[in-house]
Amino acid sequence: MARTLINVPAKARRGEIIEIKALIQHEMETGFRVSTTGNVIPRDIITDFVCKYNGEEIFRAELFPAISANPFFSFFTTATGSGTIIFEWSGDNGFFASVAAEIAVE
Amino acid sequence: MTDMNVLPPDRLSQRTRRQFLARVAAVGVGLSLSISVKPAAATPESMRNAIRNVIGEASVRKGKVKLELPALVESGNAVPVTVAVDSSMTASDYVKAVHVFNERNPQPNVVGVRLGPRAGRASLATRIRLADSQTVIAIAELSNGSFWSDSVEVIVTQPACLETL
Amino acid sequence: MNRAALTTCAAALLTNIAAAAEIPLSERKSGYEFMGRDIRAMQDDVTTNPGMLWVLDGEALWKRREGAAEKSCADCHGEASLSMRGAAARYPAFDPRRGRPVDLESRINICRAEQQKATPFPFESKQLLAVTAYIGRQSRGMAINIPDDDRLKPFLQLGREMFTQRQGQLNLSCSQCHDDNWGQKLASAPIPQGHPTGYPLYRLEWQTLGSLQRRLRNCFVGMRTKLYPFGAPEYVDLGLYLMGRARGMKLEIPAVRP
Repeated sequence: MARTLINVPAKARRGEIIEIKALIQHEMETGFRVSTTGNVIPRDIITDFVCKYNGEEIFRAELFPAISANPFFSFFTTATGSGTIIFEWSGDNGFFASVAAEIAVE
Repeated sequence: MTDMNVLPPDRLSQRTRRQFLARVAAVGVGLSLSISVKPAAATPESMRNAIRNVIGEASVRKGKVKLELPALVESGNAVPVTVAVDSSMTASDYVKAVHVFNERNPQPNVVGVRLGPRAGRASLATRIRLADSQTVIAIAELSNGSFWSDSVEVIVTQPACLETL
Repeated sequence: MNRAALTTCAAALLTNIAAAAEIPLSERKSGYEFMGRDIRAMQDDVTTNPGMLWVLDGEALWKRREGAAEKSCADCHGEASLSMRGAAARYPAFDPRRGRPVDLESRINICRAEQQKATPFPFESKQLLAVTAYIGRQSRGMAINIPDDDRLKPFLQLGREMFTQRQGQLNLSCSQCHDDNWGQKLASAPIPQGHPTGYPLYRLEWQTLGSLQRRLRNCFVGMRTKLYPFGAPEYVDLGLYLMGRARGMKLEIPAVRP
């Protein structure tokens, strides 16, 4: 699976607004580049990124080739309770990656 | 793509317009590939069309949105972007979506983000590619159906997207 | 790099016959200092530095049993944070069996072939970059420390010659840009001093992590001069000279550059 780098606070207070960061290794080939032989290199990008907190979707992004390689997102959510935050990426050529992080909320 | 049972975009309501786009995206990787092979010819016009495709005919007002991008970009390959929307993010008044567009890349869409009241704060950051000096626009859709925007003019000294290997 | 602009600027440089001189330690600046605030932030924050993806890959490879010998790097070297601390600061290092310096990438491959009995990683492969980045990271913040070893002297000299000699279709030397004209603009980008304090690094232009040799080859292409293959001793000698020229500067692996 593609390498990912997730940043979720391990602990938070109930109701606290926390910042989440997610980075994944992916070339995000735009489909606009031309190789030295004159052929267009086909598009190969991540198209969707979803984050779920205890099963509920808290962030969703539709990505286009304008998103840089090794896509990075940072966003916020409210710490509603302890549990699991799941990150899922999908894209061209059947690309799929999923990773989970635990959070303890008091 | 013969299983796509859809009307041309300008006859659809906003919601079904989104479903149409989702279906195109899901089924039509080939479709988007054939579109993207055209030489880079994005224009302010194609950006306006892309905006219309995503948000329909709704009017967009300036305000509430803060789009942050460096005014002078060394490398167009990974430009940090932050979009923040002034919203209390309660269950009755929140930001539903944020869309970012550009006018000079080969393609006008940059990213489309869906949020909700659980976000607590309507602010997100990512890194984007810019192929040329141009205007970047962020449009936020609020839960009350209104649309707000901000735009930034960026000078890019080393462009992305169009270099050869 | 914009080649048309490079040619124009090179014409201006050709008329400048300033003598090549090493930059004194007090004036040495890493490429970091020539970057804008945003790219510096990208490098500084481990949660956003894309190079860290390769460091994480390298950490996994460090522990993986490989080859006919079924050994991992960790089996011999233990915890990288202990055993590899300072390693990147003194590479390229002299290899007595080969009678010449080898760079870190080659050292890793020598271990793979001789100790793990595994196939060496190809140059610029994802795995080789990952292991090199992981090892390099263990020396973050440490001063470059190429030892004062007599055996290295002839190779340092070869590297120095390569750096200072005019070459290629533009009759340009590395030194003319990086010793004499650093800080000035070339194709709207500031010319850095050329210290390899952050390799392998994430170059935004490449949209991926890359080695010092890849960067040297990019320069050589821009200079319209002879391109050696990856792994060529000429690059190791030049890399050795550059590390010696950067002695005392702090390592910042994996760096981010425009």
